[in-house]
Amino acid sequence: MKLIFERSVKGRGCSVLPECEVPVWDFGEYGRKKELRLPEVSENDISRHYTELAKRTHGVNDGFYPLGSCTMKYNPKINERTAANDGFTGVHPLQPEHTVQGCLEVLKTAEQVFCEITGMDRMTFQPAAGAHGEFTGLLLIKAYHDSRNDGKRTKIIVPDSAHGTNPASAVMAGYTVVNIPSDPDGCVDLQKLREAVGEDTAGLMLTNPNTVGLFDKNILEITRIVHDAGGLVYYDGANLNAIMGVTRPGDMGFDVIHLNLHKTFSTPHGGGGPGSGPVGCKDFLARFLPSVQVEGDGPYTFVRQPDSIGMVKAFYGNFLVVVKALTYALMLGKDGLWEASRNAVLNANYLMEKLADKYKMPYRRTCMHEFVMSLEQEHEQIDVSAMDIAKALLDYGIHPPTMYFPLIVAEALMVEPTETESKENLDEIIRAFEEIYEQARTNPEAVKTAPHVTPVGRLDEVQAARKPHLKYSYDE
Amino acid sequence: MNIPKELKYAKSHEWLFFEDETTARIGLTDYAQKELGDLVFVNLPEEGDEVTAGESFADVESVKAVSDVYSPVSGTVAAIHEELLDSPESINEQPYDAWLVRVENITDQEDLMDAAEYEAYLEEL
Repeated sequence: MKLIFERSVKGRGCSVLPECEVPVWDFGEYGRKKELRLPEVSENDISRHYTELAKRTHGVNDGFYPLGSCTMKYNPKINERTAANDGFTGVHPLQPEHTVQGCLEVLKTAEQVFCEITGMDRMTFQPAAGAHGEFTGLLLIKAYHDSRNDGKRTKIIVPDSAHGTNPASAVMAGYTVVNIPSDPDGCVDLQKLREAVGEDTAGLMLTNPNTVGLFDKNILEITRIVHDAGGLVYYDGANLNAIMGVTRPGDMGFDVIHLNLHKTFSTPHGGGGPGSGPVGCKDFLARFLPSVQVEGDGPYTFVRQPDSIGMVKAFYGNFLVVVKALTYALMLGKDGLWEASRNAVLNANYLMEKLADKYKMPYRRTCMHEFVMSLEQEHEQIDVSAMDIAKALLDYGIHPPTMYFPLIVAEALMVEPTETESKENLDEIIRAFEEIYEQARTNPEAVKTAPHVTPVGRLDEVQAARKPHLKYSYDE
Repeated sequence: MNIPKELKYAKSHEWLFFEDETTARIGLTDYAQKELGDLVFVNLPEEGDEVTAGESFADVESVKAVSDVYSPVSGTVAAIHEELLDSPESINEQPYDAWLVRVENITDQEDLMDAAEYEAYLEEL
């Protein structure tokens, strides 16, 4: 399809932009020397261009999106309605507190609701996404050790099954990462953990259920080992969708957590979201929280924490995302969230059991909200890889599962159906997976060259990464 | 599988060519490049950096994943293979020409294998 620059015709334009409502200022010699080269197109051109782009995308509104660890659940439209409320969209972050009491009440209520769900005492909504939350949480851990003049704690322990963002965030926060291997069940190897902790342990980063979709039954022992060594324990909230209303990170012994509102709490994920990665903590860490917290019970006020680590983002984070997530939590309520998690787990188990006839499940037992399959045998025997299966799913209008992750499983596909798929949908998806599997055996070439009915076929990802073509070149 | 006789090998699939007893060039083996797949990015240390046996000194990125490269020796980086930064594919094409770093003042090294031992080691994997 044409780029919007290629649709441009000199002198063409439209009236979709409003008149400029502020005085025009001439910057004189500091102004631009050349005209901005914006595409000159009619309203009709713009409309068709973006409609064509939209047809080529795949989102949760188009079809199944089982991207493991990303919780691509349906985003209820009521979230958009509440977030579009004038009282939320028409405010300025520098307005006096007494004129934005409704917004402050949202932040306070959201803090209470999400603390209740996670077993935390306080929460900040500043971080803009999950990894940003990890970074913020680690700064809280660092501030805690610093406040005790405990400067020798320089290491963060991360299991080898962790999300790649965990070690990256730890390094960004100035820590050295210690990797510990998983046991044969994909859970934390207690012996290795005991050997790894010590006087230099600042903390452990963990997600539970873990990356292969299993609940680590030793969790109380794990958090105790780290605490006994003087470290703190960080909970990566990526997998919270499995446990809402069932168990809480705070009760498992975690000191700091982040949530992904764009996963568990049904706000848009991907495509610039934007995301929101609130960080919750136990009371003893609250004095280090970034920026301001909402205090009071109407009237509400912003209060800076005494030993705050400082701002991690401008103002109050992605506030409208918090409005959407709070809408979701309040609409479902206590019982609804519990039911959502139970159905997420039920859907994952249904899909895993049905697919296990053909696909190999390296950890075959009752899973939580997601599971991992391995195409290692197929790759060796018939040269069909996890990538080929993922590409073939595109022809069925299914977004591929997460590929080649976790790293501890060879030729991994990580599938997370979420609770918002019906049994009928799951049955169709199972048929698609089965057909692809059969085709891989009978006509492997068709699978290895898939997709066949998408707007573009198999892309050369290596060439795209080596020689990316990122900007439009004008004919001068 | 291409396993040149004149080189030494580490269990983490790096090859070493010893110029003298305390100087070696280090690269990734043919087996390593096959397992990693098509490489699209290489991150090398800087000249003068210290490397430690058993610890990561570089990383390579394929479409699938980023992987650490471990140093089989302790020493000082005397030179890096700068052309690789612009042509990571040469590790896939000619793994034994595509050295990553040249290390001098080698003080310590892991247990290294000769070509026959490395070949036997690969067969067990």
